[in-house]
Amino acid sequence: MTFQSSFMVVAPLDVKRTDELRSLLATMNRAPGNANPDNALIPFGKLEDLHFARIVVLEDQTLDDDTTAYGLPRVNYPLYLAFLADFDGDVNRFRREMVNVAGKGLKQIFSFCTDFKPGTDILPWMKKHEHRPATMYNNWVGRAMQQIREENVLRQAVQARVFQNSSEFQKKSPEDIRRVVKEFVTQEVNDQRLTLTPLRKPPLSWRIRNLLNLIFVPLLLLILSPLILIYLPIFAFQLRRREKRDLEIAPRPQAEYVNRLARLEDHDVTNQFTAMGSLKPGLFRRWTLVVLLWLIEYTTRHIYTRGHLARVPSIHFARWVFIDKKKRLVFCSNYDGSLESYMDDFINKVAFGLNVVFSNGIGYPTTNWLFFQGAKDEQKFKYFIRRHELPTEVWYDGHSGLTNFDLLRNALIRSGLEQRSMTNAEAIQWLQLL
Amino acid sequence: MIANQLDFDDVQGLVRFAFGSMHQAYFYLVRIKDLAAARSWLLNAHVTTARTLAPPPTTALQVAFTVEGLNALGVPSEAIEGFAPEFLSGMAGDASRSRRLGDLGRNAPSEWRWGHPDRTPHLAIMMYGQEDEMEKCEAEFKGPSWDTAFEVLERLETSHLGEVEPFGFVDGISQPTIDWEEKRKIHGDQLQYNNVVALGEFLLGYSNEYNKYTDRPLLDPSSKSAAELLPALDQPQQKDLGRNGTYLVMRQLEQDVRGLWQFVDKATGSKPGERTRLAEAMVGRAMDGSPLVPLQDKPIDGVGEDEKDRAYNQFTYDSDPAGVRCPFGAHIRRSNPRNADFPNPVKGMISHLVQTFGFGRKSIRDDLMSPTRFHRLLRRGREYGPGLSPQDALQPKPADDPERGLHFICVNANIARQFEFVQGAWLMSTKFNGLSEESDPLMGNREPVAGCPYPAYFSIPSESGLRERRSDLPQFVTVRGGAYFFLPSLRALKYFATVGT
Repeated sequence: MTFQSSFMVVAPLDVKRTDELRSLLATMNRAPGNANPDNALIPFGKLEDLHFARIVVLEDQTLDDDTTAYGLPRVNYPLYLAFLADFDGDVNRFRREMVNVAGKGLKQIFSFCTDFKPGTDILPWMKKHEHRPATMYNNWVGRAMQQIREENVLRQAVQARVFQNSSEFQKKSPEDIRRVVKEFVTQEVNDQRLTLTPLRKPPLSWRIRNLLNLIFVPLLLLILSPLILIYLPIFAFQLRRREKRDLEIAPRPQAEYVNRLARLEDHDVTNQFTAMGSLKPGLFRRWTLVVLLWLIEYTTRHIYTRGHLARVPSIHFARWVFIDKKKRLVFCSNYDGSLESYMDDFINKVAFGLNVVFSNGIGYPTTNWLFFQGAKDEQKFKYFIRRHELPTEVWYDGHSGLTNFDLLRNALIRSGLEQRSMTNAEAIQWLQLL
Repeated sequence: MIANQLDFDDVQGLVRFAFGSMHQAYFYLVRIKDLAAARSWLLNAHVTTARTLAPPPTTALQVAFTVEGLNALGVPSEAIEGFAPEFLSGMAGDASRSRRLGDLGRNAPSEWRWGHPDRTPHLAIMMYGQEDEMEKCEAEFKGPSWDTAFEVLERLETSHLGEVEPFGFVDGISQPTIDWEEKRKIHGDQLQYNNVVALGEFLLGYSNEYNKYTDRPLLDPSSKSAAELLPALDQPQQKDLGRNGTYLVMRQLEQDVRGLWQFVDKATGSKPGERTRLAEAMVGRAMDGSPLVPLQDKPIDGVGEDEKDRAYNQFTYDSDPAGVRCPFGAHIRRSNPRNADFPNPVKGMISHLVQTFGFGRKSIRDDLMSPTRFHRLLRRGREYGPGLSPQDALQPKPADDPERGLHFICVNANIARQFEFVQGAWLMSTKFNGLSEESDPLMGNREPVAGCPYPAYFSIPSESGLRERRSDLPQFVTVRGGAYFFLPSLRALKYFATVGT
């Protein structure tokens, strides 16, 4: 097992050159918003450990909502360029590799940022602008690109073998068929037509850190529990007062803007989603969100690490990142299917999860006791989401065409082959994966 | 909320009836030629309503509008802007939509006979009647001003093939039951598959499966011609232009009947039993309409108005989790997966809570699909072209083989969440319910998707393990035209005819 890491570079852009930047970024794509793996600027395909990457201009369309909802003056935040990647292994190593492969292209892109000068050293600059996520989600912790690639080739080889002549298996028992496949795979591996690199354990340091976190968070909560218990009724009062007062801002988004977003979608079986917005003013919402994201991070680190985030199996990677001194939040995800089905998942399967986080943002459909309503107001929620979504100029998927289910199935095909023997029922189930 | 007093005389009949006893129909797709004449025709049209009549009518007239039609009638933009974005942009209105709907390659709008931007109808005027009375019925419905008022783009004829659709399968036997009286309480999760669907899923102005009102145009009571419209139930100070109206999706789908039967014949080595079995697996029902999975003893709400309905519909796929009886990819399993809000039985509060947080999963397929109840369609399509038996379909295609197919028509209140979702996420998706490299065996366009260059398989899972994988499925269904219409209430129809004067 290799652990996954991520980075997110956020740096202010030269506002006057945004259009020029967008044109440049468009040259990286093979379809609108979908990166060409061999593009001249950042040949993502050469970075073998890279799962996903995206480049997006953080241009919030909803900045006036502060004024609408709370009569606050409009804040002139800088316009940011954000560059994100999810990959295997250590972040420093990956950053270096990336600069080695695409230093020139990166420089060209970053030169649109106000503080990136011709002589700027790119690695420290990227580090300086790094924004760590408040919460990070990975569909299957430890599943590396190498494993994904090898197992997909394995599945294709096995399928080619079993479907070339199906009559050959008609009289065989399921376990016998599995054994035939197993022998075939062993032979293919021996002849070096297939590679199945053994899955490694993550480094000890990683495991220790994870274990400490596993213990530390509940321990801290336990220690603080008397205080939490005392504060809870006050919290409830503060929350309810705000929930009754906070304004919903969820008008139908402009058709042109929606079209601009839709143009980037459904070129692949997986899609990207980037959204941002401002938090409701005041410390209450800010600290509620900080604590909630910290708790959610605990669940994504220790509980939802095997194929589903609560009930949702379609998300590959997702992250929630504070910017501008925790006054704004950026959310990015990579999901299987179309946006309509993604929102269906949001509303029908994890409405509570969205509510606890995004109800701290300005204009979110009204929640009830933090968990309830909110996203269940389907149409308002969908409008809210689209209004806050940003066009992702460049998006790269390292395993294009493969859904989380495909990845899981490929892994199960492999692990089934590695078993010494199977009962009849197990063998049937395994064969059904093919 | 007070029980609604639904005025059936304000609702067009198609929402409630399929006009099944009227075996013939003409669907006129027209453009407005003379505005005054068109308005007067609309005001005088005897549109059939949803009220039950004794004796039942023998003819019916329905009128629906595209957004171009509303614009042509001079409906003010404040009113038009309130309609659904999908309706405003149109079925063929943008490439992103076409990509989602699978309208690519041979299905691309540029290939359509009607409905592409250069040939968009203003109105669909649908006439239903008995076979031998169509001429009279047509003349009556048209009246004296028809030729002045409209330019006919298409006159789509239909045919009556008995119970079956052109491929030869009994069709039109599964429909949602509309909760006209809004008796069903929608509260929280729906733990069992249910065939009773909220009125608001099929009629605007009423609450939907989320217990909310779908967006529709609301007007200031003082605005022109709005006085006679009904008030919005959720905002009584506003007039509801959408109330008692709905959206009508129309697609002309050419069916390659010979192509289908010749494919299954070849694939099974011309064994008649095997041939039928393969075709039935692709459809998901036997040719006589009976489901491939066993019926359940326990009744399903909204199923069972008669013995026949129970025989066709008293089932879910819970008894077939591996898809060995009805393949996951079968047409009817894709278009209506018959699942509830949770993949596994919920027993009590603890189990509910546990499953809400994503625990207690039983299968790797759990939660791959959306709950069915938010994605139901009321189907009102009609066949066209002469019938062709499976046996005859095996014969080579004569030079003058007439076109056959389906004028697919469905009614829904939310085009994006209902029609487009079923079409895009379920039928055309190559990844539906854990499948790979295959789209709907009947409807699929077989167009490559990134990372999935060859989506032309069809899989029949097997009890003994190894699935039966059929390859090289040709395209059997080709889209020939299509448009999104608004099927207004009678009050809204009158509004459309008068507001622009």
